[in-house]
Amino acid sequence: MSGWLTAWLTFAAAIALLALAGALWRVWHGPAPADRMMAAQLVGTGGVAVVLLLAAANDWGMVDVALVLALLAAFAAVAFVKAESSGGRGDPEEESADD
Amino acid sequence: MTEPLTAMLVGLGLVFFLAGTLGLIRLPDTFSRLHALTKADNLGLGFIVLGLALQADDWNVLGKLVLIWAFALIAAGTSAQLVARSALRRKSTPSERQAP
Amino acid sequence: MTAVALADIAFDLILCALLLSAALAALSRQPLFGAVIFFIVYGVFAAIAWLRLGATDVALAEAAIGAGLTGVLLLGAMARLDAAAHTEPGFGLAEALTAIAAVGVTLGLGWAFLALPEPGGLQQAVAANLAQSGSENPVTAVLLNFRAWDTLLESIVLLAALIGVWALADDAAWGGRPGLRHHTRPGGVLASFGRVLPPMGLLVGVYLVWAGASQPGGAFQGGTVLAAVWLLVAMAGVVRAPHVSATWLRAALVAGPVVFLAVGLAGVAAGAFLTLPPDHAKALIVTIEVTLTLSIAITLAALVLGPPENAEQAP
Repeated sequence: MSGWLTAWLTFAAAIALLALAGALWRVWHGPAPADRMMAAQLVGTGGVAVVLLLAAANDWGMVDVALVLALLAAFAAVAFVKAESSGGRGDPEEESADD
Repeated sequence: MTEPLTAMLVGLGLVFFLAGTLGLIRLPDTFSRLHALTKADNLGLGFIVLGLALQADDWNVLGKLVLIWAFALIAAGTSAQLVARSALRRKSTPSERQAP
Repeated sequence: MTAVALADIAFDLILCALLLSAALAALSRQPLFGAVIFFIVYGVFAAIAWLRLGATDVALAEAAIGAGLTGVLLLGAMARLDAAAHTEPGFGLAEALTAIAAVGVTLGLGWAFLALPEPGGLQQAVAANLAQSGSENPVTAVLLNFRAWDTLLESIVLLAALIGVWALADDAAWGGRPGLRHHTRPGGVLASFGRVLPPMGLLVGVYLVWAGASQPGGAFQGGTVLAAVWLLVAMAGVVRAPHVSATWLRAALVAGPVVFLAVGLAGVAAGAFLTLPPDHAKALIVTIEVTLTLSIAITLAALVLGPPENAEQAP
């Protein structure tokens, strides 16, 4: 890979990180728990993108980290909706169907 | 030869990421923010994966890149649906949480 | 200065700023939910930071633990806190002592770091002996051969932690199932996710263990992914956590440490405790890794699930 592309990919990773700083702003301000959770979701996906860019620029061996991050990306959201459901063990879909 | 194309696709992906963040910050309520976000991370990551796939040096890496995008799509769809449903329920029954 | 070096510096500066802000926000943010989310986000940045430091093995572990386990653990714990339990954090004697101790440990670590002899490290020694270790990944070689003693004790520490958690159970609940009885809408998004993802998670977990022989990965990383998958299946209501008195569960919990100990004791015949003869090192490492993966996965999942709570009889 030529030097300019390596530089651009690393630079792109830096810009993606900046986008994640915006997500941090939303985690701080909320206001609803769902807002904070979705912002964390963006950090997860953005993290995958950053790792991929770094892997392409430096060493493809790093790609497994992105694989793990992407696989587990929805786990926190699942735990979140569980915690929000009544008794901490339901499913938001089930409960809205009952209402 | 593929390098300019990679650079361009990665740039396009970044635009979607930045748009998603902007939407997350600027849009007025929870549900419109959700909407901005889920498009952004699917397309943003999609273009970056597409661009980087051109530089993959073997099939192994290429397969992993496709798998990563597939995982991210499943995760984004699932979590958006669940979080939206949970937010909707919370909004319609605000007293629910105090009385488990 | 080249463009690559400039981009590297810009990236590292932004990453440091984000790491610090996420950490500070996690400490200072009220309500609690915001703090938990900041902690989850911090895990993602920490994984990237480990990558930048060239420690892909640690980045893998951080990604798996941060994304798969601690988020689930903290959010689950929060759901159980009563609204009444949200106390304003005061600053009393206990907090002051904790702060002093934390600052002391930090200073001690800083001093120890500065007092280290010139960085020569052990890389050369590891590289020189890698061929005899039975692994091509230097990290696996260190963990399971050169410093196997540490890894053996760590696997036992995990078990001790689980015994500590289980000891919190009520007498009446002992032998029951840990965690809540989860339910979901049949055919819904959550129920489907709990069925679609696990096969792929299983694949990734097993792949990480297999990859650990020659590249970053290994029992801990693979086991953590498998534990997270099990927790997802439980949260989706597909399976229930087993009774803590189940024989297969207990056998799986101790299998890794027992096999590790047995290999270590067999090593006495070859010279000393935990010595792996170079001819058989590869086979022995694979045996230890596979059983350790099983035990680590089940121990971590059981740690997150918590002590048994309901002593209802088997169905």
